[in-house]
Amino acid sequence: MKAAVIVFPGSNCDRDLAVAFEQAGADVTMVWHKDTALPEGIDMVGVPGGFSFGDYLRCGAIAANSPICQSLIKHAERGGYALGVCNGFQILTETGLLPGALRRNAGLKYICRTVGLEVASAETAFTAGYSKGDVVNVPIAHHDGNYFVTDEKLAQLRDEDRIAFTYTDNPNGSVADIAGVVSKNRRVLGMMPHPERAADTGHGGTDGVAMFRALMDQFATA
Amino acid sequence: MKARVYVMLKNGVLDPQGEAVRHALGSLGFDGVEGVRQGKVIELDLAEGSTEATVTEMCEKLLANTVIESYWVEMG
Repeated sequence: MKAAVIVFPGSNCDRDLAVAFEQAGADVTMVWHKDTALPEGIDMVGVPGGFSFGDYLRCGAIAANSPICQSLIKHAERGGYALGVCNGFQILTETGLLPGALRRNAGLKYICRTVGLEVASAETAFTAGYSKGDVVNVPIAHHDGNYFVTDEKLAQLRDEDRIAFTYTDNPNGSVADIAGVVSKNRRVLGMMPHPERAADTGHGGTDGVAMFRALMDQFATA
Repeated sequence: MKARVYVMLKNGVLDPQGEAVRHALGSLGFDGVEGVRQGKVIELDLAEGSTEATVTEMCEKLLANTVIESYWVEMG
């Protein structure tokens, strides 16, 4: 698998995400936000966590309009894969590649701790290494992770089995406890929790490893 | 010329910051504050002849997230 990880001014999980991909066996290229094209032959684009552009205007809004995101949108429209974590999820909703929006946490506080996630769908390349109903422990670290979709859109997400992860104990007020959703073609995942921070024994947990391994398997068999 | 863009969370979208302000006003003794919604104002300095239609396009593309926010524009 050839992966690219986008670096925005203010990204701070870009290296962690790259390392998680590399440890699973991927070739990783870092891509700067001002670049206008992704490298040739990229299978997967990682959109990392952090505080792109200082969270000015809205989290992810400026990043979503950066030159590289035009290439990211084209990549996704061609059927390419993308994984957005935390600020990356906010950016993917701002580009319109994923539905909904992330609001300020209901309790108004920045929350940084490990939470339980239930695998709501194992029918994606990202979650194929888990079973539906599995509970995994993955850290969150966000101020604006309160997922919102309209009732109508929520019904559609449920019908299409597009909710990838839910919180076992909703920390931020997200609609229907949603922690991560996939695109209609199931190849773009956005999630607030950080699987790349649960990818090494030194992290205190390795429940995120199965996601990166499953992605590698996807491309090994493709 | 100037334009002013007002961005608010849509009605029906919970505004936790507005709620916190409402509680704070209550604890300062201001009774009867039944709701607070917090938004933002964006002032634009524009070249003469700029149109409201252009500012509306700016709102749709960047200044507001129409999934959760509504906006209105004042020109002049």
